[in-house]
Amino acid sequence: MTTTSRDALMSFEDAIATFDPVMGLEVHVELNTHTKMFCGCPTAFGAAPNTQVCPVCLGLPGALPVVNEKAVESAIRIGLALGCSIAPWSRFARKNYFYPDMPKDFQTSQYDEPIAFDGALDIVVETDDGPQSITVGIERAHMEEDTGKISHLGGATGRIHGADYSLIDYNRAGVPLIEIVTKPIEVVPALAPAVARAYVTELRELIVALGVSDAHMHQGSMRVDANLSLKPRGRSEFGTRTETKNVNSIRSVERAVRFEIQRQAAVLSSGGTIVQETRHFHENDGSTTSGRVKEEAEDYRYFPEPDLTPVAPDEAWVEALRATLPESPLLKRARIRQEWGLSEHDMQSLINAGALDLVEQTVALGSDPADARKWWTGEIARISNERGLDVAVLPITPADVNRIIVLTSEGALNDKLARQVIEGVLAGEGGPDEVVASRGLAVVSDDGALMEAIDDALAAQPDIADKIRDGKVQAAGAIVGAVMKATSGKADAARVRELILERVTGV
Amino acid sequence: MSDLTRLDASETAASVAAGQVTAREVTSAHLDRVNQTDEQVHAFLHIDRNLALAAADAVDAARAAGEPLGPLAGVPLALKDVFTMRGAPTTCGSKILDGWRPPYDSTVVERLRQAGVVVLGKTNMDEFAMGSSTENSAFGVTHNPWDLQRIPGGSSGGSSAAVAARQAPLAIGTDTGGSIRQPAAVTGIVGVKPTYGAVSRYGLVAFSSSLDQGGPFARTVLDAALLHEVMAGHDPKDATSIDAPVPPVVAAARGELGGVDGLKVGVVSQLQGEGYEPGVQARFDEVVELLTSMGADVVEVSCPSFDYALPAYYLIAPSECSSNLARFDGMRYGLRAGDDGANGVEQVMAITRAEGFGPEVKRRIMLGTYALSAGYYDAYYGQAQKVRTLIRRDFEAAYRDVDVLLSPTTPTVAFPIGERADDPIAMYKADLATLPSSLYGGPAMSLPAGLGDEDLPVGVQLMAAVQRDEQVYRVGAALESALQERWGGPLLDRVPELVQGGAA
Ligand SMILES: [Zn+2]
Repeated sequence: MTTTSRDALMSFEDAIATFDPVMGLEVHVELNTHTKMFCGCPTAFGAAPNTQVCPVCLGLPGALPVVNEKAVESAIRIGLALGCSIAPWSRFARKNYFYPDMPKDFQTSQYDEPIAFDGALDIVVETDDGPQSITVGIERAHMEEDTGKISHLGGATGRIHGADYSLIDYNRAGVPLIEIVTKPIEVVPALAPAVARAYVTELRELIVALGVSDAHMHQGSMRVDANLSLKPRGRSEFGTRTETKNVNSIRSVERAVRFEIQRQAAVLSSGGTIVQETRHFHENDGSTTSGRVKEEAEDYRYFPEPDLTPVAPDEAWVEALRATLPESPLLKRARIRQEWGLSEHDMQSLINAGALDLVEQTVALGSDPADARKWWTGEIARISNERGLDVAVLPITPADVNRIIVLTSEGALNDKLARQVIEGVLAGEGGPDEVVASRGLAVVSDDGALMEAIDDALAAQPDIADKIRDGKVQAAGAIVGAVMKATSGKADAARVRELILERVTGV
Repeated sequence: MSDLTRLDASETAASVAAGQVTAREVTSAHLDRVNQTDEQVHAFLHIDRNLALAAADAVDAARAAGEPLGPLAGVPLALKDVFTMRGAPTTCGSKILDGWRPPYDSTVVERLRQAGVVVLGKTNMDEFAMGSSTENSAFGVTHNPWDLQRIPGGSSGGSSAAVAARQAPLAIGTDTGGSIRQPAAVTGIVGVKPTYGAVSRYGLVAFSSSLDQGGPFARTVLDAALLHEVMAGHDPKDATSIDAPVPPVVAAARGELGGVDGLKVGVVSQLQGEGYEPGVQARFDEVVELLTSMGADVVEVSCPSFDYALPAYYLIAPSECSSNLARFDGMRYGLRAGDDGANGVEQVMAITRAEGFGPEVKRRIMLGTYALSAGYYDAYYGQAQKVRTLIRRDFEAAYRDVDVLLSPTTPTVAFPIGERADDPIAMYKADLATLPSSLYGGPAMSLPAGLGDEDLPVGVQLMAAVQRDEQVYRVGAALESALQERWGGPLLDRVPELVQGGAA
């Protein structure tokens, strides 16, 4: 399928010279509670279709919802972490519209009474003048249930129109979601796409730190809708906005915002008007295309959900939850950078590798920060790239890495052997000590055995001994290499070098 | 042993417990009675003889094994077809659910099973409980045993007719705006709408979630109390279920909490006089006199907001129903129409709903959809909620001064089938007196008060404060025995014999 856009685009530079973009970001976070929002069905991802369902989440006649307290707890913690006020009393509402992926043909959500409102999230954006701090206002965070997943099959577009038939999986129906909505974001126009990206990145970090969601954008457990409108420079009223739905990677958020700025600028400067509509983002070329046109604001006929009682968390509970909040990822990064004496660049590569927490946990077990960083952002990150997986999901723990670092500093392993230990741990062969034992990876520390290998190597390359005696100590490298080869890499190279110098110079 | 159908539920249970009769014999007798009479009455939509006998056999086996039996074990019951029950269809009187067999038991059915109550089958009702006559059922009208040309009330008309026709000593209905009390009144039996939240709504197919409440039908106040106690109690599966002990309704019905002497009874000025038939008003006035003679302190109470109950109800209930009934879209269960391979999903949904719902249901869905629309919400739904608050305040103020409130249950006796079918407003007025306590949420009972115009039954309504259900049983029981003394026996003894040549 091709998604080449026929939309005219203005260059980004021209667009931001004429217009001020106004963004609003709506982020849906699927909570990692064990059970659904209003029933006891499991929420695990990837089960066979329609196996995690019951009368409640199938919306069978007569079934009734009951609120999952754990989901309310997660919502409150997210709200608190975003600096929001927590409503002492809030209600669920029904959002009514017909669609087959919604078993009840309404979604139970919160409307004018969200559980959390009026907060802010600080983010840092890279600019030409260095990092810049920006505060993004949070309008609200509210609870709702996810819909089922519908697949349109047989048609050309994968959309409902033109499909031959559709299949629905209700496993996802009723999974708890938190929707976090920003206030209108107005920043230096050139920064808008980067701000969108930085906001989603920072929010994701926060969600992960709270432990309330996996926040995997590619699996849909975190989804972003980007609202964007332009106003001509100097005007104060907002323009007509579009909503680009379900952007599913952090990079795509930036691209989608950038594309919409360019597209809307082209429309407006040629005298056209922006149609209020939802748009689809296309990963392949970074474009957005028109989805459903909202001819009038859609009427969802919201009203308070009569099957549920109000959510009224008592103050003591809210305060107890406040005490469980983790350090803000932004502050934590600043603290760690300072404690470990990292450059901005080192810090960034640590974050990009997704290894900050792992390194921190490894350091907490006693490792030197430099050693911990070396392994997590080096060998382990390399393997995770190869496998296309997050470092965090690889089957190796901070305790494993700490043990490898201890063994290396004790001289029981060298770097080459340590890499083999990592490989063994990742292959499920057990912990570092088990891998060392089963693969026979211990450094050869028997000087007699090493000396034999050194003598063989010196005999094979008689000119080397003379060079060393003449003061060209670096020539010993060739002998070290030969010894390492003879011992299949199990020798401690530093010790081998010492022994060579001893033998040749007699010192 | 056809006289088994003349026993009260409490007498039947005692006989079963004492081994004088088996649950199977009792159940067979009632199934036979259904066979003989239901062609005329059409109270039932679904009967499963084997299922009912199996439930009866389980009670007999438990007794034989020496297990303790509940106070209603072995007693047959007619269940409104709005509660889910495994092994039987649930239609709600609608074509749109035709053929649907729910994979789960409602909490009410679960409790009936535990109590050893024998469900004979599912009874007819106005489609999705919307109506006051059962004429809105997609499966034919139910006939009033007092006069087969007349309606048995609604929406729980199948259940009221079954009890009045002695097809079952007990029945369960649901009451949203009067759907238990009005059918009870026009068939001469006892019907109770418990406090909202007393009986779990889990497995009760919703019409209007904030108003729907299941409750008992019986021939005596005590039987109603015994069934009330079986049905009620906290259910973690219903978030609106009351998490508190069930009020002592059985003790109250047995007179253990005292009679009416010294009790303050309020007569609601707004719920009598104009619009109430002379025969209804006459029986009501007699009840008031009787209560006074029994030592009750009867006072007149004014509840001015009650005048707005009808319009408020007809905004709130349709609003909730428009959303509750959205799920009947032909996608997952029940009827699917128009799926010819050419129609898209929206068309199939629309055709299914057009074919599956009857006119009254459509009328209320449209009313509710309109009332919830942006721009109209505040003027209609919002305003109705404010009226609901005012009605609640009127009740709360009244109950600061009196123990129970009193009114006729319905403005008229049972009307002829077809008379109001084309006049929705006239139909809606059947619930004039029952709507206020539905909007408030307090308990209310309809008790036979005698015969009115055309020698048809009239009911008197007793209302009490939220969670004071025992008060209506206390007054109801005292009044029942005083009235029966005056009549020389139960009112229901005067119902015409339906079986030709049958024993009286
Ligand atoms: Zn479920």
